Amino acid sequence: MIVQPRNLKYRVWAARIFMILFLCLIMFPFLMIISVSLRSGNFATGDLVPTNPSLEHWYLAFGIPWENADGSVIQPPFPVMLWLWNSIKVSFVSTILILLLSTTGAYAFARLRFKFKEHMLTAMMILQMFPAVLALVAIYSLFDKLGNYIPWLGLDSLGSVTVAYLGGLALHIWLIKGYFETIDQSLEEAAAIDGATPWQAFRYVLLPLSVPILAVVFILAFITSVAEYPVASVLLQSMDNLTLAVGSRQYLNPQNYLWGDFAAAAVLSGLPISIIFLLCQRWIVGGLTAGGVKG
Amino acid sequence: MEAISTAGQRPGNPGRWVALGLIAFIDLILLYGVTMMYASGEIAFALLVLLIVTTGTWVFISNKGYSYRYVYPALLGVSVFIVFPLLYTVNVAFTNYSSSNLLPLERVKAIHMAKTYRTPGESYSFKAYEKDGHYQLLFISNKDSDKHLVSAPFGELTEPGEITTRLSSELPDGNELAFRDTIRIRHILKMLKIVLPDGNTLSMTSLREFGPQAKIYDEGPNDSLIDRRNGDILTPDMTTGYYVDNTGEQIGPGFTVFNGWDNFVKVVSDPGIQGPFMQIFTWTLTFSALSVLFTLIIGLLMACLVQWEPLKGNGVYRLLLILPYAVPAFISILIFRGLFNQNFGEINMLLNMLFGVQPEWFSNGFLAKTMVLIVNTWLGYPYMMILCIGLLKSIPDDLYEASAIDGATPLQNLFKITIPLIIKPLIPLLIASFAFNFNNLVLIALLTDGAPNIIGATTPAGATDLLVSYTFRIAFGQYGQDYGLASAIATFIFLMVGVIAWLNLKATKRFTE
Repeated sequence: MIVQPRNLKYRVWAARIFMILFLCLIMFPFLMIISVSLRSGNFATGDLVPTNPSLEHWYLAFGIPWENADGSVIQPPFPVMLWLWNSIKVSFVSTILILLLSTTGAYAFARLRFKFKEHMLTAMMILQMFPAVLALVAIYSLFDKLGNYIPWLGLDSLGSVTVAYLGGLALHIWLIKGYFETIDQSLEEAAAIDGATPWQAFRYVLLPLSVPILAVVFILAFITSVAEYPVASVLLQSMDNLTLAVGSRQYLNPQNYLWGDFAAAAVLSGLPISIIFLLCQRWIVGGLTAGGVKG
Repeated sequence: MEAISTAGQRPGNPGRWVALGLIAFIDLILLYGVTMMYASGEIAFALLVLLIVTTGTWVFISNKGYSYRYVYPALLGVSVFIVFPLLYTVNVAFTNYSSSNLLPLERVKAIHMAKTYRTPGESYSFKAYEKDGHYQLLFISNKDSDKHLVSAPFGELTEPGEITTRLSSELPDGNELAFRDTIRIRHILKMLKIVLPDGNTLSMTSLREFGPQAKIYDEGPNDSLIDRRNGDILTPDMTTGYYVDNTGEQIGPGFTVFNGWDNFVKVVSDPGIQGPFMQIFTWTLTFSALSVLFTLIIGLLMACLVQWEPLKGNGVYRLLLILPYAVPAFISILIFRGLFNQNFGEINMLLNMLFGVQPEWFSNGFLAKTMVLIVNTWLGYPYMMILCIGLLKSIPDDLYEASAIDGATPLQNLFKITIPLIIKPLIPLLIASFAFNFNNLVLIALLTDGAPNIIGATTPAGATDLLVSYTFRIAFGQYGQDYGLASAIATFIFLMVGVIAWLNLKATKRFTE
């Protein structure tokens, strides 16, 4: 066992107190936002524990009109549930597509031999560093023109955003490729000797062994798409088509500052993703340290 | 692996025929698209799609292309969404593409050609009638109220069309539309060209009237336009992107033209752009460097604490510490935007209660920058913590045992053992994190939107703007959109990020070999 210094007890206590103070600092915004969501009114300067708690912001966030005590009815300011649904649709479809493309791509890069392989990998690494934000003018114009031929891929359509998110797949190719390389190649070679085509070796041998990394990539890609703001803010325009990330911005316009309504909507929309993330954190931590890149 | 990569498709396999059929089907659809694009003059797009079709078909049919089948879709995604936009952006940087010069020359010409003016002659008020989805118009002369004209029936129109009329004493069949419903079909009415029995034509002049109208411009040589009323000639000015008349006055809307290095020169020399550009560039570097530094310090510290065995309940601490990373960034950033609000934000309420101060977080440049850094550190340290936890696990325990026997303090341990051992694998990750923060548009766009503004800037520029958010606001901001200038700045950033990427690759290579 490790040699312990004599003042260990004090050190542990010091560390514990420091940790608790730090955690208070970290948790402050979350506790505050929950408190704000339970206050009545939108510009209330209330206490930390609301003096007269009200569920009005929660009703509005769920899209249910709220009736005040004096009989006046407040309509929900924004279609939060619709935005949430849009976000889920876009993220789910783009994540599935990213997973399909990056898995097959990573397989070829990890296992098959072909010309320009190294060059392609290096090029993808460098290209991935360029943020999609800088090419927004081009992306905007690309979808503007595409929309003339394929309406569901035009501006202000969820299809365009879904497809635009596919640009982020180079990163995932690297992650999956790294994992494939840790799997022993002799397994597939054995399958090949038994007469399996590369596709069969990939589908029936390699893929079942790679479920953990595929899950990590799925979660990472999903969360990245849900939280994506710039591309969605440029491509989407009409109120009913916004994703949550673009929509929630509407709450905090200086002219129309709906702090309370935002708080409820934020808790409502942040909760599912946060829970998924925390449940899967062990694998995500593993996947991140293996690949070492944040999306 | 030799056995795998040379194994071809077995002939006679029914799956192969299905695959071939599918490829042929997809090719047909895409080739149809190519024809459509070519026909409407989008030659660059048509060529791009044609290239995709031919290479794709080759890869999926030929045995030689077998290995590429797996990478082709991924490479396609990367090229269409990264390489093509990149080239396009550089291309746009050489044009004056902006909200005032949005359309190509042909479209602007078409807009001018469609302009009409009122010519002398009799005008008619009208009523619309509907029967089974078809409409008929009844014209009543304004001079001679007994004169009724009835038009031929027409349906939905997609392009301008001629409609004949005849003199009639009877009303058209169907229901007379109310004025409100007439307004509803005005897009159809606007496209109508009514031919009178005497051969004159009418078009809609107001919501209640049709009158004789004529086009203002005739087409001249070299895309010029000739005014019918006075013979003036409008010529397109290919340097400014506007039509100009004889007196040199520009007539909108403008069209897109190539203007060479103008945008680049503007970035480098215009004091209203260059001043803020340098200021923003310096701030971008400071912001990225400080963000990496702060998140690293806190992340490493927390990782060490969480890994420290005598501290019980490490799992719970880790779970809570990771929380800022688990909540989607756009939500946390907006939460901070509210918390820092000067008048009714909770942070200022707290500070006011404790110290009696209410800092102006959004209108003071220095405070705004401090706030941005605080928020970004809060958002970013969990990532560093996760990385450090992973790296700390790889350090063998006996090193610390040996140092404990020698009586080393925790600080000595940190600087003599921990940091030297993890710095090597950490460097590429730190460079990547630097690049990520260099381009952290979401943080700025949602938190401050660049505020407070830099005084004396000719473009929308703010004290907290990073290069990306600055570019974003020039391209998609509220005050006129200058895509050309934004693309020029984006090109500059491309080069800078390219250098960072190259450095990162070098660093990764050096530290992994």
